[in-house]
Amino acid sequence: MKKRIVKIVICVVLLAATVFMLQKLLVPKYATTNEEGILSSEYYANAGNNDVLFIGDCEVYTNFSPVKLWRDYGITSYIRGTPQQLTWQSYYLLEDTLRYETPKVVVFNVLAMKYAEPQNEAYNRLTLDGMKWSKTKLDAVKASMTDEETVASYIFPLLRFHSRWNELSSEDINYLFKTEKLSHNGYLMRVDAKPAGQVPDPVPLPDYTIGPKCWEYLDKIRETCDQKGIKLVLIKAPSLYPAWYDQWDKQVADYAAKYGLEYINFYALADETGIDYNTDTYDAGLHLNLSGAEKLSAWFGKYLKEKCGVEDRRSDAALAAKWAEREEFYEFMKEAQYKQLREEGAVTRYK
Amino acid sequence: MSFVSLGFLLFLLILFILYYALPRRFQWVLLLAGSLVFYAFASPKYLIYIAVTALSTWFAGKLIHDEYAARDAYIKDTPDITKEDKKACKEQAKKKARRLMVCCLILNLGILAVCKYTDFTIGTINSLFKTDIAFLRFALPMGISFYTFQSMGYIIDVSRGKYQAELNPAKFALFVTFFPQLVQGPISRFDQLSQTLYSEHDFEAQKITQGAWRAVWGFFKKMVVADRLVPVVTGIAGNPDKYVGGYVLALVFFYTIQLYADFTGGIDITIGVAKMFGVDLAENFDRPFFSKNITEFWRRWHITMGTWFKDYIFYPVSVSKWMLKVSKWSRAKLGPQLGKRVPVYLSTILVWLATGIWHGASWNFVVWGLLNCLVIIISQELEPLYAKFHEKCAFSNTKGWDVFQMFRTFWLMAFLRVLDVYRNVPLTFRMVPTIFSSKGWSEMFSGGMLKLGLEVRDYIIVAVAIVIFLIVGILQGKKPVAEQLAEKPLVPRYLIVWVLIIVILVFGAYGIGFDATQFIYNQF
Amino acid sequence: MEELMEILSDIRPDVDFENCTTLIDDKILDSFDIISIITELNSQMDVAVPADQIIPENFNSAKALWAMVEKLQDE
Repeated sequence: MKKRIVKIVICVVLLAATVFMLQKLLVPKYATTNEEGILSSEYYANAGNNDVLFIGDCEVYTNFSPVKLWRDYGITSYIRGTPQQLTWQSYYLLEDTLRYETPKVVVFNVLAMKYAEPQNEAYNRLTLDGMKWSKTKLDAVKASMTDEETVASYIFPLLRFHSRWNELSSEDINYLFKTEKLSHNGYLMRVDAKPAGQVPDPVPLPDYTIGPKCWEYLDKIRETCDQKGIKLVLIKAPSLYPAWYDQWDKQVADYAAKYGLEYINFYALADETGIDYNTDTYDAGLHLNLSGAEKLSAWFGKYLKEKCGVEDRRSDAALAAKWAEREEFYEFMKEAQYKQLREEGAVTRYK
Repeated sequence: MSFVSLGFLLFLLILFILYYALPRRFQWVLLLAGSLVFYAFASPKYLIYIAVTALSTWFAGKLIHDEYAARDAYIKDTPDITKEDKKACKEQAKKKARRLMVCCLILNLGILAVCKYTDFTIGTINSLFKTDIAFLRFALPMGISFYTFQSMGYIIDVSRGKYQAELNPAKFALFVTFFPQLVQGPISRFDQLSQTLYSEHDFEAQKITQGAWRAVWGFFKKMVVADRLVPVVTGIAGNPDKYVGGYVLALVFFYTIQLYADFTGGIDITIGVAKMFGVDLAENFDRPFFSKNITEFWRRWHITMGTWFKDYIFYPVSVSKWMLKVSKWSRAKLGPQLGKRVPVYLSTILVWLATGIWHGASWNFVVWGLLNCLVIIISQELEPLYAKFHEKCAFSNTKGWDVFQMFRTFWLMAFLRVLDVYRNVPLTFRMVPTIFSSKGWSEMFSGGMLKLGLEVRDYIIVAVAIVIFLIVGILQGKKPVAEQLAEKPLVPRYLIVWVLIIVILVFGAYGIGFDATQFIYNQF
Repeated sequence: MEELMEILSDIRPDVDFENCTTLIDDKILDSFDIISIITELNSQMDVAVPADQIIPENFNSAKALWAMVEKLQDE
């Protein structure tokens, strides 16, 4: 009897191990395809000692360069940006970050305020799967799920990705046990440029009211920052497209005024920041490229230093050494991308 | 709660641990509690229906029991009772028992009829008399056809004196609500099920692992094959204007495979799970597609339903006084050869009518039942011809001929079943003949089948699975596969199960499929 | 008993009713045969077999059948 139970236990353990390996094999690796998916997990290796935290969608992770902020101002920062990060996800990523460190300034990009409800399962995955397990992640999953999703599939991603057996590639084998570091403290670099052409006229909407769920979570972000003594800054990145309607802008500005928050709309500040839509975006006006991100960071670093009192930490030797490594990786990727651009005419990989 | 859900597995795990951790005498109580929880998860609103059936049947059973007990006591306490008195006493008790049984049947079959057939009746009246009576849209309590039939079988048996009634209402409630068989049967008999349902079970590793294997095999059938085929079946059946000809043949085939995988897989899970709790349920299938004719098929497919109809409708009707009169009359009028068949055929027709209606409240099931009946009667009539054929033609006694017969039975059943999917009798009769036209065929084989939500790989998986079904079926013919597996050395035995679980996890058609194109980066 | 044997071999001439004791268990008799037997018993021997007597134990062999017939005649 005992022997039998031991046998069964061994079998169960073996099965569990196989299932675990299978899961490892079948989940997307985000190393050479859909790379943005790696962003949310990259934070944990870089947690701690970040004075500034950015939260938001692609308008943060393509538009600000922490390395530039460090170089010019000695500001330490991290971007917890993910594709189509919704307001509640921003809140939970903030909560998640607070488990590791308490920054002095939190910068929230308001574009996602246009989405009042969970949007897209695939994008939920990109943001949530990379988070480490905690109560925060569970809450984030529950807040984000579309009707077709289940909590179980986040606990066991195999349930979600099992049908990928058909599209396994060398990427899945190569990155079975390792990940590809791709971001610079959350910044995803692109050096190529595509001039902005004709931008489609904004389509009038039937209703411009920002949804209650967005306000609820913006309140939570604000209250959390208040409690922890963090300064909260609201920003809207300078994209030409998708449209950020004046009606939305006004609601956010009113909110900021009501609670004494700063709200910066960079689109209106294009002259000051020096963003040139012919040279500073890589996709004709949506996302800034390296040149644009550095311009924006130069402007914003000054703001952080002067208006928010973020200190210059370059005198801290340990920190400086760490950032020196990051600068090296930054320069390496920059070179690699310029090289590819020269040789192949386009940037198709990050490094 | 669906079998194919993590919730169900979690429920099973908790119940399983409690079942073997608690003192043995609480085991059946725990099963009852678990069954009620299971039912409440599935449809809490309908607990009242199953409760009414369980309690009314229990009560009727108890009254019948009391009646018989009083009779026995009277006979025992009257030593000088005459034979006539004894007979009269028995007769009277029987009459009373019958009356109680009939009341119970009317109540419970009434509930079933109202829930299931009100709208069917209204629809039929509307179309016959061009009226416009609104449908009432009663929702069907889960498993109502199964638990009602199971309860009715019990009360008939008790009134026949086949076995003693169960006097404990909670125990009887467990018989009616036992969770593994709630969803799709089998329809158990009280005398068989009660042997293991209420008894105390030790942790028997051998039995439990065999039960688990059986359940895993069921999940394989359901998740890898049945669920995978859903888009093809619903796609073709849902667009009869677009999918004609060859597609209809594909529908006939794939629907039969889907039905087989889904139903027998579900029963495998049911029986396997019950076994893990030490409970032995009746087998519901005996490799049905190895049948050589339809009569045999129906002895091997959905067995517990077939025997239910046989024991509680076919025999009682066939041997009823009324039918014996018909028999005498038909012999007198039609001669002994033809005359003796009349009562049997009348009962057969009645049973198939009932079988059809039992399957679902719509005409397609009625027609399907009657077509089955027609085939059975025709083959019965052709019996002498077959006998001659076998005498004359040697090749008809070879293995090859057997295989041909199995093949023929498969397609015959498949074609009858297609009434299920179109759910519309005239439409079915319009669609099936298009198979013999040239329509749809070339389109189908030039990529048409790949536009139905299944890719080449899916068809390959289904094909491989069918081969596995066949192999397992052939092996099963010698001895239950679970037993054969148990005899294998440890490593290959577990390897097989282990591979099966992995195959289900990876190739199962569940969850949100991964579609890389969803991630194509745009605007965000 | 002889009368019964006659009825039986009339219905299924191919079956060895003398010796077989698994008529039902081995699926030698099907439900058509069973009903035919009951109808014949009724018309030729005036025995009414109620539905609750149609159980394998009563139909597995000619002997068992005869025992049932005797019991029913007795009642």
